[in-house]
Amino acid sequence: MQELLQYFFSGITNGAIYAIIALGFSMLFNTTGLINFAHGEFVMLGALSMITLWKGLELPLMAAFMVTVVGVSAVGLLLERLAIRSVRKPHPIVLVIITIGASIFLRGVGMLGWGKDAHSAPSFTDHAPFELAGATLLPQTLWILGIVLIIVAGLQLFYRRTLTGKAMIACAISKKAAWILGIPSERMVLLAFAMSAALGGIGGLLITPITMSSYDMGTMLGLKGFCAAMLGGLGSSWGAVLGGVLLGVMEALGVGFFSSGLKDVIAFVLLLLILYVRPSGILGTKAVQRF
Amino acid sequence: MERKGSVLKKTLAIGMLILLGLYPAVGWSKDVYKIGGIFSITGPSSFLGDPEKKSLEMVVDKINAEGGIDGHMLEAVIYDTEGDPGKAVLAVNKLISKDNVLAIIGPSLTPTTLAVVPIVEKSQVPLISCAAGIKITEPVKPWVFKTAQSDVLAVAAIYEHMKKHGIKKVGIITVENAFGESGKEQLLAQAPKFGLEIVQQESFGAKDTDMTPQLTKLRSAQPDAVICWGTNPGPAVVAKNARQMNLNMPLYQSHGVASPKFIELAGDAADGILLPTGKILVAQQLPETDPQKAVLLDYINTFEKRFEMPVSGFGGYAYDAMHLLADALKGTEGDKQKIRDALEKITGKIGVTGVFNFTAQDHNGLGSDAFVMVKIEKGTWKLLNE
Repeated sequence: MQELLQYFFSGITNGAIYAIIALGFSMLFNTTGLINFAHGEFVMLGALSMITLWKGLELPLMAAFMVTVVGVSAVGLLLERLAIRSVRKPHPIVLVIITIGASIFLRGVGMLGWGKDAHSAPSFTDHAPFELAGATLLPQTLWILGIVLIIVAGLQLFYRRTLTGKAMIACAISKKAAWILGIPSERMVLLAFAMSAALGGIGGLLITPITMSSYDMGTMLGLKGFCAAMLGGLGSSWGAVLGGVLLGVMEALGVGFFSSGLKDVIAFVLLLLILYVRPSGILGTKAVQRF
Repeated sequence: MERKGSVLKKTLAIGMLILLGLYPAVGWSKDVYKIGGIFSITGPSSFLGDPEKKSLEMVVDKINAEGGIDGHMLEAVIYDTEGDPGKAVLAVNKLISKDNVLAIIGPSLTPTTLAVVPIVEKSQVPLISCAAGIKITEPVKPWVFKTAQSDVLAVAAIYEHMKKHGIKKVGIITVENAFGESGKEQLLAQAPKFGLEIVQQESFGAKDTDMTPQLTKLRSAQPDAVICWGTNPGPAVVAKNARQMNLNMPLYQSHGVASPKFIELAGDAADGILLPTGKILVAQQLPETDPQKAVLLDYINTFEKRFEMPVSGFGGYAYDAMHLLADALKGTEGDKQKIRDALEKITGKIGVTGVFNFTAQDHNGLGSDAFVMVKIEKGTWKLLNE
């Protein structure tokens, strides 16, 4: 029982991280129909910037948080403006390949900027881990869960209640029709990129106290986040959260009850299964097209 | 006419260049002894390769300043493997066929070393590896030596310490790479010899973000102590997780994390961790009777003065390798077979890593005194005397 609870807590911690990465995938897909494989690199940039700003330059926590988020979303803006919008024939497959290229480029930048060594940062708060029935829960997990919930709720409000949010969804449904109706669709795409990158950055900076960060951390986290987004249903915010937590818990249980070697296998077997059986994911409503 | 003239000019120019290139060699009385070096200077294991490269250069400069070996100056040709076995193979081929080196020092890692062993064996060039894996020198390969302490000795040092402290049941957690696998093999093989029982074994991926599930599983097996075997950053995550979970049992780490980087990564969670390490980390704390103390202090002083960075035990592997090679080179006039034979006969050589006694059966030459047990306390290492 005690073990089960511990696996569950550990799964929730990782799952919340996957969830926030999945949210980034989901939100960009919602507006542009694009899957950004450089998303993991935004996570890496967020994590390493946070370490530099908070631990290196000793900025206050909130300031480091803000500067990191703004910085990473600026990188997202640049990516859209320089690499995505300038494509003459924006066929989805071309754009996906561009994002893969961008991910390799950003990884190189990360390596030059922060070196090849791993870095670490202390917890946000100096609280001792909580004990619940013999299992321990990290305060950082609560931080992550709390922030994820706030973000999801915020996104829901943004989509449902604001004109900009509604315009974004309109762009997702039909870019041309939205443009005819006077919605500045290019600006919406730009905004979506910035917001998605910011989410990636937040994901990264939240992880720093839990694990070690290095320039090549983004690839695996990006793929796991992508799995989580697919699992929950691409395009659905709550689906992203559900998929992330589910994936994290399944991984932890897999390690606990079967073997440590199976951890990554679980994520990718799940991804394959979901693509075969239910391509729209658990909470997905939209039919997913194959391009 | 114009074209012909230009061809002539070009030929002349190239001829001059070749002559110029040859000129310095003509001027010297004796050939330069070329020594190859291959280390993981950049990449995730740069903490090994970088000090190794610097130490090698340091020794070469010192020997040259003292007039070389039998009047031959030394020249080190150093390549970077980036920790990649493929690149290590390319570099060794280049060293042997293009640079014509007499002997090679390095590589820094067990996988890179194992990748290049067949090449040096085939082309019969002495290689002194700076990696720890036992498979490098066991079974003995005629042309391959190594200066780093084997995992066998590290495991023995940990187990001896455990035996003295009445530990009977052990849980192990190892990283899924060559270092971890080799460590696991030794941990399993030597446990019965020390009357220890391994009650649970776990593993983790080199890039995993959370090891709590594995540690939970270890805890439920109720061992007296846990041994983690890996190189950064994984063991630092294990240390952090163990602290967070309140894992109330001694945590032993391998010599793979005996560097300040581990303490930096693990932070407070490093406190109280026990590990075997070469004597260099605690050189100041060694008793005066220790034969290595003088050599260690000399190495530390010269290294820190020249490079203005803290010394690590890893550079010592290359330092020892070059000193051993320098001894072996004497009187050989660059004959590789003679160098190899001389290396095999070196005994009682006091180095940074330990006292080397090579024989035809032992190409590592170190005893269990090459390791001491230390405890991490307040961000530094404390020598354990018992």
